[in-house]
Amino acid sequence: MLRFILSRIGVLVPTFVGVAIVAFAFIRLLPGDPIILMSGERGISEERYAQLQAMLGYDRPLPVQFWDYLTGLLQGDFGNSIVTNRPVLEEFMTLFPATIELSLVAITLAVLIGIPAGILAAIKRGSWFDQVTMGAALTGYSMPIFWWGLLLIIFFSGYLQWTPVSGRMSLMFYFDQPTGFMLIDSLLSGQEGAFKSAVSHLILPGVVLATIPLAVIARQTRSAMLEVLGEDYVRTARAKGLSAFRVVSVHALRNALIPVVTTIGLQIGVLMAGAILTETIFSWPGIGKWMVDSVYRRDYPVVQGGLILIALVVMIVNLIVDVLYGLINPRVRTR
Amino acid sequence: MRLTTRLLAATALTLALGTAASAKTLVYCSEGSPEGFDPALYTAGTTFDASSKTIYNRLVEFELGTTNIKPGLAESWEVSDDGLEYTFNLRPDAQFHTTDFFTPSRPLTADDVVFSFDRQNNAENPYNEYVTGAAWEYWNSMSMPDILKSIEKVDDQTVKFTLNEPYAPFLANLAMDFASIASKEYADQLAEAGNEAQLNQQPIGTGPFQFVAYQPDAVIRYRAHPDYWNGKEAIDDLVFAITTDASVRQQRLLANECQVMPYPNPADIESLKGNENLTVMEQEGLNVGYLAYNTQIAPFDNAQVRKALNMAINKQAIIDVVFQGSGEIAKNPIPPTMWSYREETEDDAYDPEAAQQMLEEAGVTDLSMEVWAMPVQRPYNPNARRMAELIQADFSKIGVDVEIVSYEWGEYLERSKAEDREGAVLLGWTGDNGDPDNFLAVLLGCDAVGNANRAQWCNEEFDAKVTEAKRLDTQEERAALYKEAQAIFKEEAPWATIAHSVTFMPMQKNVTGYVQDPLGGHWFTGVDIAE
Repeated sequence: MLRFILSRIGVLVPTFVGVAIVAFAFIRLLPGDPIILMSGERGISEERYAQLQAMLGYDRPLPVQFWDYLTGLLQGDFGNSIVTNRPVLEEFMTLFPATIELSLVAITLAVLIGIPAGILAAIKRGSWFDQVTMGAALTGYSMPIFWWGLLLIIFFSGYLQWTPVSGRMSLMFYFDQPTGFMLIDSLLSGQEGAFKSAVSHLILPGVVLATIPLAVIARQTRSAMLEVLGEDYVRTARAKGLSAFRVVSVHALRNALIPVVTTIGLQIGVLMAGAILTETIFSWPGIGKWMVDSVYRRDYPVVQGGLILIALVVMIVNLIVDVLYGLINPRVRTR
Repeated sequence: MRLTTRLLAATALTLALGTAASAKTLVYCSEGSPEGFDPALYTAGTTFDASSKTIYNRLVEFELGTTNIKPGLAESWEVSDDGLEYTFNLRPDAQFHTTDFFTPSRPLTADDVVFSFDRQNNAENPYNEYVTGAAWEYWNSMSMPDILKSIEKVDDQTVKFTLNEPYAPFLANLAMDFASIASKEYADQLAEAGNEAQLNQQPIGTGPFQFVAYQPDAVIRYRAHPDYWNGKEAIDDLVFAITTDASVRQQRLLANECQVMPYPNPADIESLKGNENLTVMEQEGLNVGYLAYNTQIAPFDNAQVRKALNMAINKQAIIDVVFQGSGEIAKNPIPPTMWSYREETEDDAYDPEAAQQMLEEAGVTDLSMEVWAMPVQRPYNPNARRMAELIQADFSKIGVDVEIVSYEWGEYLERSKAEDREGAVLLGWTGDNGDPDNFLAVLLGCDAVGNANRAQWCNEEFDAKVTEAKRLDTQEERAALYKEAQAIFKEEAPWATIAHSVTFMPMQKNVTGYVQDPLGGHWFTGVDIAE
C-alpha cells in the first residue's frame, strides 16, 4: 500500500512543474499589459511605463522571470499581488477556508442525496420515481449556475424571505475567525444565533454548488448499480434467500461504489469551477471570485499563484481518492 | 498579534453596541473590495469609497454635490500674486483616530501634511516603497512631480507649497483622494516596529469614520470618529457589505439587509422607483462618452465632414438602447455638473438628409471607415459594441460604409493613440478632480496629441484659451475662457459627443441627508437614519 501511495506522489511532481509552466505562460499569452490596464484611460508616459516595468521586474527576459518565480515557489514565496500589494499566499489563505466550507457542504449534499437517489432509481428502474429523478438530474446538470442561483435568491430570499440573500454571516454578528470556517467560528464565538445564521447563509449557495455534482453522482450511481444488479453473484445471493435490502446494501453497493467514488473525486475539479460562479452570485468571499478579478486585471502573480495552489488542492484530493479507490478495490493496488 | 487586536476590536464594538442601546448602523452594499486602505496607492473608486471618503480628510475638499472647492483640514489659504506659492493654515483641532491599534499623542500638524506628500514624491522617504510595487499612480498621472517644486513646513500649523509655474487646477488636485492626509506619528510607530505595510491595512486618519475591521471580500466595519473636527456623525456604525452582483445587491436592499446600494442594473431602475419603501436618487456622472475622428487623416481633416457625420448619429436611439435610459445626450465635451459648462451650445441636429448633402458638398462619396468599439463596459459607455452597431446603421443611411473593429482593452488604449490611426474611436473619460482643465487640456490639448487626445486634434485657438485658463486664479475668469473653448470645439467637431451617464442611487426611504457626488464617490458624512 505504501509503495502504491509513493508511486502516486511520484506522479505529482512532474504534474506540479507542468502546472507551474502553464500557469506562468497562460496569463502572459493573454493579450493585455497589467501596467497599461492599471492606468486605463489616463494613459501612461513611456518613461513612467519603463520605471514601473523595472519595479515589477517585467523588463527582464521571460526565462529569467520564470526561473526567479520557480525558485521563489520552492521557498514558498508566491510573490505579491500587483493590485493589492499583499502576498499571494496570504490572500489565498484568508479566502480559501470559505471556498472549502462551501465545497464540503455542497459535496456532502450531493453524496447524501445523489447516492440514495441513484440506488432507488436503479432498483425501481422504469418506475415514475426513476423517471422523475433522472429527469431532474438531467435538468440539474444542464442548469446555468448563475441563473439558477439568482432564481433561488429571488424566490427563497426575496419572495418567501426564508433565507438571507448573500454573504456568510448576518452583519449583526461580529467575532474573530481563528479557523476561517464560519460554522466552527460561529460556535466558538459563543454568540447566540451565530451558528444558525452561518447555517442559513450556507443553504442556498450549498444547494446551487451541489446541483451539478448531485446530478452526475445520481446518474453514475444508477448506472453502476444497474450493471451490478445484473451480475451472476447478485442473482446467487438472491437465490440463497437473502433479503432484498441485504443484497443491495452489502453485495451490490460495494462494487457499484467503485466508479462512483472516482466520479466524486472528479467532481472536486467541477466544484472549483462552479465555486467561481456561485461565489460571485452569493458574495461569498472565497478564491473563485478572487481569481476571476485577477485575470481581468492581469494580476500575474495572483493568477499564477492561485492556479498553482488550486491545482495543488485538486491533485491532493485526487491522491486521496486514488488511495481510497485502492482500499475499496484491491486490484488497483496490485496492478 | 492580529488575533488579539481583532478580539479587542470585537470587544470594543460589543461594548459600544451594549452601552448605546440605540446605536445607529447604516449598511451600504458596496460593489467590490478595496485594493487596500491607503488611497494614494490606488486609482479605483471602490477603494476611495472605503478609504479616503470615510477615514481620511484632505487640505481642501469638494463641496459635496458639486465640484467646487471648500476648506478641509486647511481652514484657509493664500495664493501669492505670481500664482506660485500656496500657503495653507491648518485647523488646530483636527484629531486623528484613537483605535485599539493606535493612540495619537497630538492633533494634526504640518508634519503630517509634509509626510503625506513627501512619501509619494521622494524616493528617500522610508514610505516611498513600503509595499512592493507602490506606484503612486495618481500622484504621477496628475503630473504632480512636474507641477510641484517644494513642500515646506512653515510652523506646526502652516504649510507652504511652491509650484514650478502657475497652475490653477492645483487646488482641485489637492482635494483628490491621493492627497489624503495620513498620520506621521502612526507611520513612524509602524516603521519602528518594522511593520510599515500595516499603514495600508489598518489605516488612521482624521476623517468622519474610523476603521474597525475588514474581512476580505466580505465586510468592512467603521465607527463614527467621536472627536471629529466637524462634529460626530449621526450614524454610529457604518458597514460596507461587499456584494459584487447588481441583482443580488438589489435583493439585499429589498430585504433591508442594506440601506443604500450603488450601481443598480439599468433595467431594474423603473421597478426600484416604483417601490414605496425606496428612494432613487439620480445625477449626471462627471463623464463623457465620445467618438473621436482622426482629424489628421483625410477626409476627417475636414471639419465639414466631421460635422456631417455627427448629424447622422441618432443619439436619442443610443440613449434608449445602449444606456437604457441611464444616460443623457452630450452636446459639450464636459458634463453638465461641471462648472463652466456651456449651456447655450446647440447640439448638431439629427438630420441624415442634410448630413448626406453636406458630405456631397465636401466632395466625399463612397466613404468607408472603421469605427472602434471598446471591449469593456464603462459608465460613459455600457456597451460599445452595440453603440458601434447603431452608428454603423446610422452612417449607412448616408452612404458611409462602416467596419467595426475591436481589440483587447490594453491594446485598444495603446493603438488608439497612434497619430496615423485609421478610423474613429469610441472612448470616454471620467473626471478626476472636477476641473475643466482635466477634460479640455487632457483630452483635446495640443500636448496630448499622440496620447490621450484620440482625435489627434491640435487647434491653436482652442489650445491658447485652455492654456491661459490654467494660469488664471479666479473661477469666473477661467470659466469664461473654457466656454469660448467649448464653442470652438463645437464648431470644429473633433469628436461626436455622445452621452453622459446618469448615476442612480437607490436607498431605503428612512435614509436622510445622502448627497450624490458628481465625481462618482460615495460619502456618508451627514447621513442619518430616521427612526
